[in-house]
Amino acid sequence: MPKDENKNRLLEVLPGDDVLSQCIHCGMCLATCPTYEMTKLERSSPRGRIRLVNEVAKGEMDVTKTFVEEMDYCLDCQACETACPAGVKYGLIVEAARIITEDYKIEKIRTRLIKKLSLKFIIPHRGYLKFASRIIKIYQRSSLRNYFHSSGLVRKFFPKLLEFDLLSPTVSSKFSDEYFDERILPASKTKHKVAVLTGCLMSTMFHEINQDTVDVLTAMDCEVIIPKEQVCCGSINGHNGDIETAKRLARINIDEFLKYDFESLIMNSSGCGAFMKEYQTLLKDDEIYSVKAKILSSKVKDIMEFLAQINLDDKFKQVKETITYHDACHLVHSQKIFNEPRKVLQSLPGVDIVDLDESTWCCGSAGIYNLTHYDDSMILLRRKMMKIKETKARIVLAGNHGCIAQLRYGAKKFNVDVEVIHPISFIKRCLNIP
Amino acid sequence: MTGSAKEKIKNIVGIKNFLDSEEDKVCYSYDATAIYKCKPEAIVFPENEEQISRIVKLANEELFNIVPRGSGTGLSGGSIPVENSVVVVMTRWNNILEIDNANLTATVQPGVVTGNLQKEAEKFGLLYPPDPGSSNVCTIGGNVANNAGGLRGLKYGVTKNYVLGAEMILPSGELMKSGGKNYKDVAGYNLRDFIVGSEGTLGIITKIILKLIPVPQKTKTMLAYFNKLSDSAKSVSEIISAHITPSMLEFLDRTTINCVEDFTNAGLPRNCEAILLIEVDGRNSIVEEDAELIKNILKKNGAFFIRSAENKKEAESLKLARRSAFSALARKRPTTILEDATVPRSELPIMIEKITDAAKKFNVTFGNFGHAGDGNLHPTCLTDERDSKEINLAHKAFDFIFNEAIKLGGTITGEHGTGLAKKQFLEQAAGIPAVDMMKKIKLSIDPNNILNPGKIFSTSPRCEGTLPKSREQIKNFLQ
Repeated sequence: MPKDENKNRLLEVLPGDDVLSQCIHCGMCLATCPTYEMTKLERSSPRGRIRLVNEVAKGEMDVTKTFVEEMDYCLDCQACETACPAGVKYGLIVEAARIITEDYKIEKIRTRLIKKLSLKFIIPHRGYLKFASRIIKIYQRSSLRNYFHSSGLVRKFFPKLLEFDLLSPTVSSKFSDEYFDERILPASKTKHKVAVLTGCLMSTMFHEINQDTVDVLTAMDCEVIIPKEQVCCGSINGHNGDIETAKRLARINIDEFLKYDFESLIMNSSGCGAFMKEYQTLLKDDEIYSVKAKILSSKVKDIMEFLAQINLDDKFKQVKETITYHDACHLVHSQKIFNEPRKVLQSLPGVDIVDLDESTWCCGSAGIYNLTHYDDSMILLRRKMMKIKETKARIVLAGNHGCIAQLRYGAKKFNVDVEVIHPISFIKRCLNIP
Repeated sequence: MTGSAKEKIKNIVGIKNFLDSEEDKVCYSYDATAIYKCKPEAIVFPENEEQISRIVKLANEELFNIVPRGSGTGLSGGSIPVENSVVVVMTRWNNILEIDNANLTATVQPGVVTGNLQKEAEKFGLLYPPDPGSSNVCTIGGNVANNAGGLRGLKYGVTKNYVLGAEMILPSGELMKSGGKNYKDVAGYNLRDFIVGSEGTLGIITKIILKLIPVPQKTKTMLAYFNKLSDSAKSVSEIISAHITPSMLEFLDRTTINCVEDFTNAGLPRNCEAILLIEVDGRNSIVEEDAELIKNILKKNGAFFIRSAENKKEAESLKLARRSAFSALARKRPTTILEDATVPRSELPIMIEKITDAAKKFNVTFGNFGHAGDGNLHPTCLTDERDSKEINLAHKAFDFIFNEAIKLGGTITGEHGTGLAKKQFLEQAAGIPAVDMMKKIKLSIDPNNILNPGKIFSTSPRCEGTLPKSREQIKNFLQ
C-alpha cells in the first residue's frame, strides 16, 4: 500500500496528528514499559513506537514487517499512560496503528481463519459462543484431555499446544445468561438499583465470578438487573482492529441496558469496564447513538469502584487471612482505579493485606498476548509470580478474568502455593450471611 | 559510511548486538531534547571493553563518528546522533558491581539507572544524593557525562561531587583508569573530574566508583504558597543569606503548578502565582529548628500558607509533582523547549523578572520552575515546532534570557550540558580563551574527531557571515 494511503488512514483513526505530537520523548515511560524492560530497545518502548507511528503518519516510512511486529509486541497494558506527565494517549495511538497493521500481517491461513471465526462469529453471538464452550467443556472433562496431557508424543511434537490447553480456563458448569433471572431483589429493602454485564467469556468460563458479584450486590441491598439480550462488550474486536463489529455490539448493549432504570452498570471484568467507559468515544460520530452512549458510559462502574462508594458497615464477619492484590492493567492504567479496591479490602475485619511489589506491572496475560507471544508472556509471568511469592500471602486477588487465568497457570508452572481469585469472590467469603 | 565498515562492526559486536534497520535508525534519532534529530548509520550494544575499544579503533581507520548513549533522556542533545555516526548504547551495562559498606562507595557500570542505585544504596542505609528529575530512567553514565544535578544540589552538590573514580575507553582505544576509592588523591592532573561533564567527547565511560553518604536521620518536606512571584524569589534569597541550607529548595510558577496538578493530583494550589517546595534533613533537633527558621522567613516574605507533608507518602507525591514538571508542561503545547539558565543565587529575583519580561517582549508562553536554591531555573517555552514563526520567536526569547543571565554573572546551563542546544552560546558564557583551550584538548586527545563531534563546540575554525559561494565571491574573499 502506498505511504500516502497509510498516512491518511492513520490520521483518520487518530483525531489529527495532535495526539502524536504531544509526545515530547522525555523517556519517563521507559521505566514502566515491560517490553522495553525485556529488550532494552527503543523501538520496543512507548516513545519509540510513537515515533514510528509518527513517521508512518507523516508519510515518511512504510508499514514494514518490523513495524507490524513492534505494534503487536506491545502489551497495550498502558502503564506508560499512567507514567506520562504529558498525558499522551498511547493506547489510542497503538490501537490505531493496529487497525492498519492488520492488512499487512503475513499470517498462516489457519491463524487468520481461527481469528476471523472467533472474532466475527463466536464471540459476538451468544448461541455460537455457548455451543463452542460446550464442545470445549466436553473435551475438558473427557479422558481425551488426560490422555493428551500424559502422552509423551503430544509433549514432544506439540509442546506449545499443551501449554495453551493448560492456559485456557475451565468452562463453567452453568452459563450466566441461562442461570440468572432478569431482576434479582435483595432480602431487605432496596437501597441501590444496579445492572450487571455478565459478559461473553465471563458468562461461560467464569460464571462463578458473576454469581459472587450478584450475591455480594444483593447482600449490599442492591436490586440487580441482568438484561437477557445483552451481548459481549466488543472490546476483543475493538482491540484487534475490528472496529465495526465493536460498534455494532456497543449499539445492541446500549439499547438493551437503557431499557431499564438503574444508577450504575457494574462490571467485574476490567477489560469490559474500560471499553464500555469508552463507548462514548467509540460512537461519538454516530448521530443516533452518541448521546445514549454518553449516558451509558457515565453509569459504568467497576464492582470495586462501586463498593468503595457505598456503605459497607456491619456486612462482614471476622476472617483471618493473608491476601495480596494485583492491579489489572485495565483497572489501574486504563480506568485509574488504584485506591478503591484497597479501601474496600481494608474494611474487611481480620484480613491482612500485604503490599505486592510491582503490583501495577502487567502479568503478561494482556488479552490473547499469552497465546500470541507465549515466551515473552512467561518472562513477565515468572517475574509476577516471584513477587507474589515474596508476599507470603495465601490468596492473590485480581480484578480481571485474563489475569486470573494467567496467574492460576503461573502458580502451577512456577510452583507458587497461592490461590488466585477475583476480589469479589473473596469479599463474598467475608460476608456475614446468617 | 561504507558497507565494509558496517560488516567489520558486525564482526566485532556480533549480529545480535548490531542494528541498522530504518525503524531502529528512527528510534535512535532523538533524545529528550526538543526539535533536534538525526538518524545514525547504525546502533550497537557492545558487551565488553574490548569490543568498545575495537569499535573506536575502527572508527579512526574508517573515519566514522561514535555517539555514546544511555537512556536518551538528555536535554541538550548530547546523545543525538551526528552525520555518519554509530550510536553506542550502554543501557545493558546495568550491573551494580559493589556497594562497599566499609568505604561508603558504590562501583557501578554506566548503564545502571540512577533510581535503581538509590534504592539499592538505601538497603545499606546509604544515600546517593544526586537526584535528576528523570532519576527513574536516566543512567549513571549519562549523569557523569553531563555532570547532572537535580533536586538535592543545594545541600549535597551535583554528580561531580560523588565521582571518586572512573574508567573509560579513550579515542585511541586504550582503557584509562582514573581515581579509585580514595577520598584524597592528587597524583597528577585531576583527570577524574575532567571526565565528568565531558559529554562523550573524550571517551566512553565503562565503570564508575561513586561516593555514598549515610541516609539523614530525618527529613521534613514543606510547601509554601505565594501570591507574588517576586515574594517567592525573595524568600529564597533570604533563606540562603540566613545561612540555612535546606536539602531542597524548588520553585514552580502558576503554569507549571496547573500542568503538574493535572497529572499528579497531589493537591497543589492551582490559584497561586508560585510555590516553593522545601525539604530540610539531618539530625532530629536540627531539622525542626531549621524548619521553624525557614517558616518565619517564608511568612515574613508573603507566603500566605505553609503546608507540611504529614508522611513519607505525601512527601514523595510532592516531589514526584516537581520531578514531572518538565514533561507535564507538554499538556499545554506539543513542543516544550526547556532551558537551564543559572545565576548567582542573590540574583534570582531579578532573573525571574527577566524571564517574565522575555515572555512579554517576544509574545511567547513560558512555564517556569527550577532549583531555586541553586539559582538554577528551567524557563520552558511552550510552543509548537510545526509553527516556524513561533519557534523563531522562542529562540529570540532564549537569546534574551541567556544574555541577561550572563550579564548577572550567570551561565547558560547549570546542569543539562552544552551539547547541541547551547553550543552557540558557549563562547559568550565561557569566553574565547576557555573555548579555545577546550578545542585544543579535544583535538589532542581525539585527533580524528570521531567521538561525539560537533557537541559542546565545533572544532572547525570560526567564520563570520555566510561562506563565499560563487567564483567571484571567492576571488574577492581571497584578496
